[in-house]
Amino acid sequence: MGWFKRLKEGITTTTTEKRETPEGLWYKCPSCKKIHTAQEHKANQHVCLNCGYHERIGSAEYFEIIFDDNNFTELHENLVSGDPLDFTDTKKYTDRLTDTIKKSGLKDALRSAYGKVNGNDLVVCCMDFGFIGGSMGSVVGEKISRSIDFCLKNKTPLLIISKSGGARMMEAAFSLMQMAKTSAKLSLMDKAGIPYISLCTDPTTGGVTASYAMLGDLNISEPGALIGFAGPRVVKETIGKDLPKGFQTAEFVLEHGFLDKIITRTELKAKLSTLLKMFKN
Amino acid sequence: MIYLDFEKPIQELTEELEKLKSVAEKSKVDMSKSIAELEAKIHEKRVEIFSNLTAWQKVQLSRHPERPYTLAYIDAVSNSSFIELHGDRTVGDDKAMVGGFGDVDGQTVMFIGQQKGINTKMRQIRRFGMANPEGYRKALRLMKMAEKFNKPIVTFIDTPGAYPGLEAEERGQGEAIARNLLEMTQLKVPVICIIIGEGASGGALGIGIGDKVLMLENTWYSVISPESCSSILWRSWSFKETAAEALKLTSADMSNNGLIDGIIKEPLGGAHNNHAEIFATVKSEILKQLEVLKKQTPDQRITARIDKFSAMGVVHDLEEEENK
Repeated sequence: MGWFKRLKEGITTTTTEKRETPEGLWYKCPSCKKIHTAQEHKANQHVCLNCGYHERIGSAEYFEIIFDDNNFTELHENLVSGDPLDFTDTKKYTDRLTDTIKKSGLKDALRSAYGKVNGNDLVVCCMDFGFIGGSMGSVVGEKISRSIDFCLKNKTPLLIISKSGGARMMEAAFSLMQMAKTSAKLSLMDKAGIPYISLCTDPTTGGVTASYAMLGDLNISEPGALIGFAGPRVVKETIGKDLPKGFQTAEFVLEHGFLDKIITRTELKAKLSTLLKMFKN
Repeated sequence: MIYLDFEKPIQELTEELEKLKSVAEKSKVDMSKSIAELEAKIHEKRVEIFSNLTAWQKVQLSRHPERPYTLAYIDAVSNSSFIELHGDRTVGDDKAMVGGFGDVDGQTVMFIGQQKGINTKMRQIRRFGMANPEGYRKALRLMKMAEKFNKPIVTFIDTPGAYPGLEAEERGQGEAIARNLLEMTQLKVPVICIIIGEGASGGALGIGIGDKVLMLENTWYSVISPESCSSILWRSWSFKETAAEALKLTSADMSNNGLIDGIIKEPLGGAHNNHAEIFATVKSEILKQLEVLKKQTPDQRITARIDKFSAMGVVHDLEEEENK
């Protein structure tokens, strides 16, 4: 009788062998833990159908959401980073780049494209967090700079979608100067009177926040996105106290006056095209 | 005199010299020959040490507590005519950022810079030279005023970074720095930026967009401090020397990489060794650069400024390389 004595072992599956739901079929929201089919989730633009949590997505998804019929022309897609400092930390920077390019299928942390949004012309520069934490190095700066040249020449409005941990340390001062470079170029957009919209998505921090992400004629954001200059851990260490709830969220930044609006991803395209029309007419 | 760890040999020789001098004084024996010899030896040692400084040693020098800070430079360069102006007209006056008018040989100049405290209490008040958003906004207000009255701007950069506090985030630290970068690009007046100590990241760049960006010899300028870089990339605080080398943050490296416009030579042993000399050098450098910049039109300066920063970065175009 095994009533009082355990004859069978309990759960023996080790954590590593534990299988989550098979990939590709279901999406489990990390916020509310509700499960939806991947298909439904994608149709809702990777926003949780239950709680509205915005899953982090990349440039391919944003282009698909924004451009009419996913029709766009990519700009300067063949730019890759050099290694001006011959940088090595625990790994050589060139190896890190090669590995990341292979793994992510991306060439750097930002892609730029132009196309139409409900018939309105728009250039979109979109960052990819999957490429070394969406860090801003020479390629990110150069692509933004060249995209601005394109905008100035064609009088096309610009949208930059930020999603970044900040500057890319392996390019040190070169990466720092991308802040100067992009801001200098944006000053030309400013003078030419061509609209620039900055969309801050989760997360937008560091040197990206302290340059183009905060310089939009309109600064908008997705709900719940982390937006800040110093990372929350650094701020916590500085003040030596726990951070207030909701600190550095999009809602917090809106409340303090640095965002024009929070727009959910499902409404993004419609709102964008309305705004673009309003700038035009 | 405060000696850094790598200056130990100089310290020992100097102490020996002091002893010798006091013996000579007391015993009335003529020791001038051995004193002169020792002095020559100290000089030799100093030349030897300072011509082979590592990146980390330069970082140490840039933080030397006896190194002159922004207000000392302003006072010397303006011959004590400096009138400090306060406040950002919105939330307050940031003591980590100072600014105001000064007279340099008959020419009014707008001086701006981060200021570190000179004693424990002042270090706290000035937040170790880490400015809040209102500091950057004060700087911008003063720069705009300089532009309005057609006065050149000189900024002194010396900061371990912008202040990463709670209120700084609430008041938009990122926006404040970003706004300065954009606005400084378009300033119609000449702008000279001089890194006199630490040039850390966006906090330094926030007053660092100029026609001429110059670094004192023993300073550093990069995207992050070697300590933080070590902790992030190596996940340990003990790789700061390695990180300092890797970041290529010294004035020589920055100049070789074309990211600054020039290096200002420091007296032997570092700026703290001879304040009068470094003040004179900095002043003559400012006058020299202003002379050149004033000959250009505002449009020429702005275009050159934008072109300069736009050219920074190293990228490869795979397509172009394939076609070659």
